[in-house]
Amino acid sequence: MSDELMLEIVTPEKMAFAGNVEEVTIPGTEGEFGVLRGHEALLSSIEIGELNFTKDGKKTYYAVNTGYGEVTSSKVTILIETAERADSIDKDRARKAKESAEARLAQLAKEDTEYKEVHLALLRSIARISVAEK
Amino acid sequence: MASVKDIKRKVSAVHKTKQITRAMNMVAASKFKASQLKMENFRPYASKFMDVLNSLALRVESITHPLLAVREPKKIRVICMTSDRGLCGGFNTNLIKATERFLREKSNEGKEVAMVSVGRKGRDYFRRKADIVDQRVDVLNKFDMTLAVAISNDVITPFIGEVYDELYLIYNQFVSVAVQRPTVVRLFPLPSIGQNVGIDAEKNIDYVYEPSDEVLLQRLLPMYVHVLIYRALLETSAGENGARMAAMDNATSNCEDLIRTLTLKMNKARQAAITAELMDIVGGTEALSKG
Repeated sequence: MSDELMLEIVTPEKMAFAGNVEEVTIPGTEGEFGVLRGHEALLSSIEIGELNFTKDGKKTYYAVNTGYGEVTSSKVTILIETAERADSIDKDRARKAKESAEARLAQLAKEDTEYKEVHLALLRSIARISVAEK
Repeated sequence: MASVKDIKRKVSAVHKTKQITRAMNMVAASKFKASQLKMENFRPYASKFMDVLNSLALRVESITHPLLAVREPKKIRVICMTSDRGLCGGFNTNLIKATERFLREKSNEGKEVAMVSVGRKGRDYFRRKADIVDQRVDVLNKFDMTLAVAISNDVITPFIGEVYDELYLIYNQFVSVAVQRPTVVRLFPLPSIGQNVGIDAEKNIDYVYEPSDEVLLQRLLPMYVHVLIYRALLETSAGENGARMAAMDNATSNCEDLIRTLTLKMNKARQAAITAELMDIVGGTEALSKG
Protein backbone atom coordinates (compact mmCIF):
# COMPACT_ATOMS: atom_id res chain seq x y z
CA MET A 1 0.00 0.00 0.00
CA SER A 2 1.31 3.38 -0.91
CA ASP A 3 0.50 5.14 2.35
CA GLU A 4 2.45 2.70 4.47
CA LEU A 5 5.54 3.56 6.35
CA MET A 6 8.39 1.21 7.07
CA LEU A 7 9.31 1.27 10.74
CA GLU A 8 12.36 -0.23 12.40
CA ILE A 9 12.99 -0.07 16.13
CA VAL A 10 16.55 -1.13 16.82
CA THR A 11 18.05 -1.64 20.27
CA PRO A 12 21.49 -3.03 21.14
CA GLU A 13 19.90 -6.32 22.18
CA LYS A 14 17.57 -6.94 19.31
CA MET A 15 15.46 -5.64 16.51
CA ALA A 16 12.47 -4.75 18.66
CA PHE A 17 10.17 -4.17 15.71
CA ALA A 18 10.35 -4.13 11.94
CA GLY A 19 7.38 -3.78 9.67
CA ASN A 20 4.97 -1.52 7.87
CA VAL A 21 2.82 0.80 9.91
CA GLU A 22 0.42 3.65 9.21
CA GLU A 23 1.64 6.18 11.73
CA VAL A 24 4.36 6.60 14.35
CA THR A 25 4.39 8.97 17.31
CA ILE A 26 7.86 9.72 18.65
CA PRO A 27 8.82 11.46 21.93
CA GLY A 28 11.38 13.87 20.46
CA THR A 29 13.55 16.26 22.42
CA GLU A 30 11.61 19.24 21.09
CA GLY A 31 8.28 17.60 21.81
CA GLU A 32 6.27 14.66 20.66
CA PHE A 33 5.73 14.39 16.93
CA GLY A 34 3.82 12.14 14.60
CA VAL A 35 5.18 10.75 11.36
CA LEU A 36 3.17 9.71 8.33
CA ARG A 37 4.44 8.56 4.97
CA GLY A 38 5.99 11.39 3.00
CA HIS A 39 7.41 13.12 6.03
CA GLU A 40 10.33 15.46 5.54
CA ALA A 41 13.76 13.91 6.16
CA LEU A 42 14.44 14.43 9.82
CA LEU A 43 16.92 13.43 12.45
CA SER A 44 15.81 13.91 16.00
CA SER A 45 17.00 12.82 19.38
CA ILE A 46 14.53 10.94 21.50
CA GLU A 47 13.79 11.42 25.16
CA ILE A 48 12.61 8.97 27.77
CA GLY A 49 8.93 8.57 27.14
CA GLU A 50 6.37 6.62 25.18
CA LEU A 51 6.50 5.79 21.55
CA ASN A 52 3.56 4.34 19.70
CA PHE A 53 2.65 3.28 16.23
CA THR A 54 -0.57 2.38 14.48
CA LYS A 55 -0.70 -0.80 12.49
CA ASP A 56 -3.94 -2.05 10.97
CA GLY A 57 -5.79 0.57 12.98
CA LYS A 58 -4.38 -0.76 16.26
CA LYS A 59 -2.00 1.15 18.45
CA THR A 60 1.04 -0.45 20.04
CA TYR A 61 2.91 1.31 22.83
CA TYR A 62 6.55 1.15 23.82
CA ALA A 63 8.39 2.71 26.75
CA VAL A 64 11.68 4.00 25.38
CA ASN A 65 14.95 5.26 26.72
CA THR A 66 17.11 7.94 25.10
CA GLY A 67 18.25 7.55 21.55
CA TYR A 68 17.43 9.08 18.22
CA GLY A 69 15.20 8.59 15.23
CA GLU A 70 15.92 8.96 11.55
CA VAL A 71 12.98 9.77 9.33
CA THR A 72 12.87 9.66 5.56
CA SER A 73 9.80 9.87 3.39
CA SER A 74 9.14 6.13 3.44
CA LYS A 75 11.09 4.83 6.37
CA VAL A 76 11.57 5.51 10.06
CA THR A 77 14.54 4.08 11.94
CA ILE A 78 14.54 4.38 15.69
CA LEU A 79 17.76 3.69 17.57
CA ILE A 80 17.29 3.52 21.29
CA GLU A 81 19.08 1.96 24.19
CA THR A 82 15.99 0.21 25.51
CA ALA A 83 12.46 -0.37 24.23
CA GLU A 84 9.84 -2.21 26.22
CA ARG A 85 6.51 -3.16 24.78
CA ALA A 86 3.47 -2.41 26.91
CA ASP A 87 2.64 -6.07 27.54
CA SER A 88 6.17 -6.93 28.67
CA ILE A 89 6.24 -4.35 31.44
CA ASP A 90 5.89 -5.44 35.03
CA LYS A 91 3.57 -2.76 36.39
CA ASP A 92 4.22 -3.49 40.05
CA ARG A 93 7.96 -3.35 39.57
CA ALA A 94 7.70 -0.07 37.71
CA ARG A 95 5.55 1.38 40.45
CA LYS A 96 8.02 0.27 43.10
CA ALA A 97 10.88 1.77 41.10
CA LYS A 98 8.96 5.02 40.88
CA GLU A 99 8.33 5.11 44.63
CA SER A 100 11.94 4.37 45.52
CA ALA A 101 13.18 6.95 43.04
CA GLU A 102 10.82 9.56 44.47
CA ALA A 103 11.93 8.77 48.01
CA ARG A 104 15.58 8.99 47.04
CA LEU A 105 15.03 12.20 45.14
CA ALA A 106 13.45 13.85 48.18
CA GLN A 107 16.70 13.38 50.09
CA LEU A 108 18.96 14.74 47.37
CA ALA A 109 19.83 18.28 46.54
CA LYS A 110 19.73 19.36 42.91
CA GLU A 111 23.50 19.80 42.90
CA ASP A 112 24.25 16.19 43.83
CA THR A 113 25.75 14.10 41.10
CA GLU A 114 23.33 11.36 41.94
CA TYR A 115 20.37 13.65 41.43
CA LYS A 116 20.46 13.48 37.65
CA GLU A 117 20.70 9.72 37.63
CA VAL A 118 17.81 9.21 40.04
CA HIS A 119 15.76 11.78 38.20
CA LEU A 120 16.24 9.85 34.96
CA ALA A 121 15.28 6.64 36.73
CA LEU A 122 12.10 8.35 37.89
CA LEU A 123 11.27 9.52 34.36
CA ARG A 124 11.82 6.01 33.06
CA SER A 125 9.51 4.46 35.63
CA ILE A 126 6.83 7.06 34.92
CA ALA A 127 7.03 6.30 31.20
CA ARG A 128 6.81 2.59 31.95
CA ILE A 129 3.75 2.97 34.12
CA SER A 130 1.92 5.16 31.64
CA VAL A 131 2.67 2.75 28.81
CA ALA A 132 1.64 -0.28 30.84
CA GLU A 133 -1.72 1.33 31.57
CA LYS A 134 -2.57 1.87 27.91
CA MET B 1 55.34 -50.55 41.88
CA ALA B 2 51.82 -49.33 42.42
CA SER B 3 49.29 -52.02 43.09
CA VAL B 4 46.42 -52.78 40.74
CA LYS B 5 43.99 -51.32 43.24
CA ASP B 6 45.85 -47.99 43.43
CA ILE B 7 45.91 -47.57 39.69
CA LYS B 8 42.28 -48.50 39.42
CA ARG B 9 41.40 -45.77 41.88
CA LYS B 10 43.42 -43.27 39.90
CA VAL B 11 41.69 -44.23 36.64
CA SER B 12 38.28 -43.66 38.13
CA ALA B 13 39.40 -40.29 39.51
CA VAL B 14 40.65 -39.14 36.11
CA HIS B 15 37.44 -40.40 34.58
CA LYS B 16 35.43 -38.19 36.91
CA THR B 17 37.59 -35.19 36.03
CA LYS B 18 36.95 -35.90 32.40
CA GLN B 19 33.22 -35.90 32.97
CA ILE B 20 33.47 -32.49 34.60
CA THR B 21 35.64 -30.95 31.89
CA ARG B 22 33.37 -32.29 29.21
CA ALA B 23 30.33 -30.83 30.93
CA MET B 24 32.11 -27.50 31.23
CA ASN B 25 32.97 -27.64 27.57
CA MET B 26 29.33 -28.11 26.68
CA VAL B 27 28.17 -25.33 29.00
CA ALA B 28 30.77 -22.98 27.52
CA ALA B 29 29.65 -23.95 24.03
CA SER B 30 26.04 -23.04 24.72
CA LYS B 31 27.05 -19.80 26.42
CA PHE B 32 29.29 -19.01 23.51
CA LYS B 33 26.38 -19.44 21.16
CA ALA B 34 24.31 -17.06 23.25
CA SER B 35 26.98 -14.39 23.29
CA GLN B 36 27.54 -14.78 19.59
CA LEU B 37 23.85 -14.21 19.02
CA LYS B 38 24.08 -11.11 21.19
CA MET B 39 26.92 -9.83 19.04
CA GLU B 40 24.93 -10.48 15.92
CA ASN B 41 21.93 -8.62 17.30
CA PHE B 42 24.08 -5.67 18.20
CA ARG B 43 25.53 -5.28 14.72
CA PRO B 44 22.59 -3.47 13.06
CA TYR B 45 22.44 -1.01 15.94
CA ALA B 46 26.17 -0.32 15.84
CA SER B 47 26.38 0.11 12.09
CA LYS B 48 23.32 2.38 11.94
CA PHE B 49 24.71 4.38 14.78
CA MET B 50 28.06 4.85 13.09
CA ASP B 51 26.37 5.89 9.85
CA VAL B 52 24.49 8.68 11.52
CA LEU B 53 27.39 9.75 13.69
CA ASN B 54 29.73 9.99 10.73
CA SER B 55 27.32 11.88 8.50
CA LEU B 56 26.61 14.25 11.35
CA ALA B 57 30.28 14.78 12.14
CA LEU B 58 30.88 15.69 8.52
CA ARG B 59 28.22 18.36 8.58
CA VAL B 60 29.29 19.97 11.78
CA GLU B 61 32.48 21.80 11.00
CA SER B 62 34.10 22.24 14.33
CA ILE B 63 33.01 19.95 17.06
CA THR B 64 33.69 21.11 20.54
CA HIS B 65 32.78 18.68 23.20
CA PRO B 66 34.40 17.96 26.56
CA LEU B 67 34.93 14.36 25.47
CA LEU B 68 37.10 15.52 22.57
CA ALA B 69 39.25 17.82 24.69
CA VAL B 70 42.95 17.09 24.23
CA ARG B 71 45.00 17.83 27.32
CA GLU B 72 48.56 17.01 28.09
CA PRO B 73 48.31 13.47 29.38
CA LYS B 74 49.63 13.55 32.93
CA LYS B 75 47.03 11.38 34.55
CA ILE B 76 45.88 8.31 32.76
CA ARG B 77 43.07 5.92 33.40
CA VAL B 78 42.85 2.39 32.11
CA ILE B 79 39.82 0.14 31.83
CA CYS B 80 40.98 -3.44 32.17
CA MET B 81 38.29 -5.83 31.00
CA THR B 82 38.71 -9.44 32.07
CA SER B 83 36.32 -12.26 32.74
CA ASP B 84 34.85 -13.03 36.15
CA ARG B 85 35.70 -16.70 36.14
CA GLY B 86 38.80 -18.68 35.42
CA LEU B 87 39.40 -22.03 33.73
CA CYS B 88 39.52 -20.46 30.31
CA GLY B 89 43.12 -21.04 29.29
CA GLY B 90 45.31 -18.01 28.77
CA PHE B 91 42.41 -15.65 28.24
CA ASN B 92 42.89 -13.56 31.39
CA THR B 93 46.61 -14.19 31.80
CA ASN B 94 47.41 -12.76 28.39
CA LEU B 95 45.26 -9.73 28.98
CA ILE B 96 46.73 -9.08 32.42
CA LYS B 97 50.22 -9.36 30.97
CA ALA B 98 49.37 -6.85 28.25
CA THR B 99 47.86 -4.53 30.84
CA GLU B 100 50.90 -4.78 33.07
CA ARG B 101 53.20 -4.00 30.18
CA PHE B 102 51.08 -0.98 29.28
CA LEU B 103 51.01 0.25 32.86
CA ARG B 104 54.78 -0.09 33.19
CA GLU B 105 55.32 1.78 29.94
CA LYS B 106 53.13 4.65 31.02
CA SER B 107 54.52 4.95 34.51
CA ASN B 108 58.05 4.87 33.08
CA GLU B 109 57.05 7.93 31.10
CA GLY B 110 56.28 9.53 34.42
CA LYS B 111 52.53 9.43 34.16
CA GLU B 112 50.08 8.76 36.91
CA VAL B 113 48.00 5.71 36.15
CA ALA B 114 44.73 4.66 37.74
CA MET B 115 42.57 1.70 36.84
CA VAL B 116 38.93 0.90 36.32
CA SER B 117 38.57 -2.80 36.54
CA VAL B 118 35.76 -4.74 34.90
CA GLY B 119 35.65 -8.44 35.71
CA ARG B 120 36.75 -10.28 38.82
CA LYS B 121 40.00 -11.75 37.52
CA GLY B 122 41.62 -8.45 36.67
CA ARG B 123 40.44 -6.90 39.91
CA ASP B 124 41.90 -9.75 41.95
CA TYR B 125 45.23 -9.52 40.20
CA PHE B 126 45.64 -5.76 40.34
CA ARG B 127 44.10 -5.26 43.75
CA ARG B 128 47.48 -4.62 45.36
CA LYS B 129 49.45 -3.69 42.26
CA ALA B 130 47.51 -0.81 40.84
CA ASP B 131 45.33 2.03 41.96
CA ILE B 132 41.81 0.79 41.27
CA VAL B 133 39.35 3.67 41.33
CA ASP B 134 36.24 1.86 40.09
CA GLN B 135 35.39 -1.75 39.79
CA ARG B 136 32.63 -3.91 38.40
CA VAL B 137 32.84 -7.57 39.27
CA ASP B 138 30.49 -10.50 38.70
CA VAL B 139 28.69 -8.65 35.97
CA LEU B 140 29.63 -10.51 32.82
CA ASN B 141 27.46 -13.57 33.29
CA LYS B 142 24.39 -11.60 32.33
CA PHE B 143 24.58 -8.03 31.17
CA ASP B 144 22.91 -5.57 28.85
CA MET B 145 23.35 -2.02 27.67
CA THR B 146 22.76 -0.65 31.18
CA LEU B 147 26.11 -2.08 32.27
CA ALA B 148 27.87 -0.27 29.42
CA VAL B 149 26.03 2.92 30.36
CA ALA B 150 27.05 2.55 34.00
CA ILE B 151 30.71 2.00 33.12
CA SER B 152 30.62 4.94 30.72
CA ASN B 153 29.18 7.22 33.39
CA ASP B 154 31.94 6.12 35.77
CA VAL B 155 34.57 7.34 33.33
CA ILE B 156 32.86 10.27 31.59
CA THR B 157 32.19 12.40 34.66
CA PRO B 158 35.80 12.51 35.97
CA PHE B 159 37.15 13.07 32.46
CA ILE B 160 34.92 16.10 31.96
CA GLY B 161 35.85 17.24 35.46
CA GLU B 162 39.51 17.04 34.34
CA VAL B 163 40.33 14.54 37.06
CA TYR B 164 42.34 12.65 34.47
CA ASP B 165 43.47 13.34 30.90
CA GLU B 166 43.43 10.15 28.91
CA LEU B 167 41.46 6.92 29.01
CA TYR B 168 42.50 3.62 27.54
CA LEU B 169 40.50 0.45 27.21
CA ILE B 170 42.31 -2.87 27.30
CA TYR B 171 40.23 -5.87 26.33
CA ASN B 172 40.44 -9.13 24.46
CA GLN B 173 39.46 -8.58 20.88
CA PHE B 174 37.45 -11.52 19.60
CA VAL B 175 39.10 -12.88 16.47
CA SER B 176 37.73 -16.40 16.47
CA VAL B 177 36.77 -19.12 18.92
CA ALA B 178 40.40 -20.07 19.35
CA VAL B 179 42.00 -16.64 19.04
CA GLN B 180 41.48 -13.64 21.30
CA ARG B 181 43.89 -10.78 20.97
CA PRO B 182 44.60 -8.37 23.84
CA THR B 183 44.02 -4.91 22.41
CA VAL B 184 44.63 -1.41 23.71
CA VAL B 185 42.40 1.39 22.40
CA ARG B 186 42.26 4.99 23.42
CA LEU B 187 38.77 6.10 24.37
CA PHE B 188 39.29 9.64 25.66
CA PRO B 189 39.88 12.06 24.17
CA LEU B 190 37.70 10.43 21.55
CA PRO B 191 39.56 9.91 18.32
CA SER B 192 38.19 12.20 15.66
CA ILE B 193 35.15 10.80 13.99
CA GLY B 194 33.84 11.21 10.51
CA GLN B 195 37.19 11.18 8.78
CA ASN B 196 38.40 8.53 6.38
CA VAL B 197 34.87 7.67 5.48
CA GLY B 198 33.94 7.59 1.85
CA ILE B 199 30.50 9.08 1.83
CA ASP B 200 27.81 7.98 -0.43
CA ALA B 201 26.36 11.07 -2.04
CA GLU B 202 22.96 9.43 -2.19
CA LYS B 203 23.07 8.44 1.42
CA ASN B 204 23.86 11.94 2.49
CA ILE B 205 20.31 13.16 2.76
CA ASP B 206 19.72 16.70 3.88
CA TYR B 207 17.97 16.17 7.14
CA VAL B 208 16.11 18.58 9.28
CA TYR B 209 17.87 18.36 12.61
CA GLU B 210 15.96 18.51 15.80
CA PRO B 211 17.48 20.00 17.92
CA SER B 212 20.30 21.58 15.90
CA ASP B 213 22.99 19.36 14.40
CA GLU B 214 25.59 20.49 16.93
CA VAL B 215 23.43 19.75 19.92
CA LEU B 216 22.46 16.43 18.43
CA LEU B 217 26.07 15.48 17.89
CA GLN B 218 26.91 16.35 21.45
CA ARG B 219 24.16 14.10 22.65
CA LEU B 220 25.34 11.31 20.42
CA LEU B 221 28.93 11.33 21.68
CA PRO B 222 28.21 9.80 25.09
CA MET B 223 26.08 7.21 23.28
CA TYR B 224 29.08 6.51 21.11
CA VAL B 225 31.06 5.70 24.26
CA HIS B 226 28.29 3.34 25.31
CA VAL B 227 28.48 1.61 21.95
CA LEU B 228 32.25 1.19 22.17
CA ILE B 229 32.14 -0.20 25.69
CA TYR B 230 29.20 -2.46 25.00
CA ARG B 231 31.00 -3.90 22.02
CA ALA B 232 34.09 -4.59 24.14
CA LEU B 233 31.90 -6.29 26.73
CA LEU B 234 30.33 -8.48 24.08
CA GLU B 235 33.70 -9.45 22.67
CA THR B 236 35.01 -10.23 26.14
CA SER B 237 32.06 -12.45 26.90
CA ALA B 238 32.26 -14.28 23.58
CA GLY B 239 36.03 -14.60 23.88
CA GLU B 240 35.86 -15.93 27.42
CA ASN B 241 33.45 -18.67 26.50
CA GLY B 242 35.35 -19.49 23.33
CA ALA B 243 38.58 -19.75 25.28
CA ARG B 244 36.93 -21.91 27.90
CA MET B 245 35.52 -24.19 25.22
CA ALA B 246 38.99 -24.69 23.77
CA ALA B 247 40.62 -25.14 27.18
CA MET B 248 38.07 -27.70 28.31
CA ASP B 249 38.29 -29.56 25.04
CA ASN B 250 42.03 -29.86 25.62
CA ALA B 251 41.53 -30.96 29.19
CA THR B 252 39.07 -33.66 28.11
CA SER B 253 41.44 -35.12 25.55
CA ASN B 254 44.29 -34.98 28.09
CA CYS B 255 42.13 -36.98 30.46
CA GLU B 256 41.54 -39.54 27.75
CA ASP B 257 45.28 -39.89 27.19
CA LEU B 258 45.88 -40.28 30.88
CA ILE B 259 43.20 -42.94 31.19
CA ARG B 260 44.73 -44.84 28.29
CA THR B 261 48.24 -44.94 29.78
CA LEU B 262 46.93 -45.71 33.24
CA THR B 263 44.82 -48.59 31.96
CA LEU B 264 47.85 -50.02 30.19
CA LYS B 265 49.86 -49.74 33.36
CA MET B 266 47.08 -51.38 35.32
CA ASN B 267 46.86 -54.34 32.94
CA LYS B 268 50.60 -54.80 33.12
CA ALA B 269 50.52 -54.75 36.90
CA ARG B 270 47.67 -57.26 36.92
CA GLN B 271 49.56 -59.57 34.59
CA ALA B 272 52.67 -59.31 36.70
CA ALA B 273 50.66 -60.15 39.77
CA ILE B 274 49.14 -63.24 38.11
CA THR B 275 52.52 -64.40 36.85
CA ALA B 276 54.04 -64.00 40.28
CA GLU B 277 51.21 -66.00 41.79
CA LEU B 278 51.57 -68.80 39.20
CA MET B 279 55.28 -68.97 39.87
CA ASP B 280 54.51 -69.37 43.53
CA ILE B 281 52.08 -72.24 42.91
CA VAL B 282 54.40 -74.03 40.46
CA GLY B 283 57.30 -73.61 42.85
CA GLY B 284 55.16 -74.96 45.69
CA THR B 285 53.97 -78.10 43.83
CA GLU B 286 57.47 -78.85 42.63
CA ALA B 287 58.78 -78.63 46.14
CA LEU B 288 56.00 -80.98 47.32
CA SER B 289 56.54 -83.62 44.57
CA LYS B 290 60.24 -83.70 45.27
CA GLY B 291 59.67 -84.17 48.94
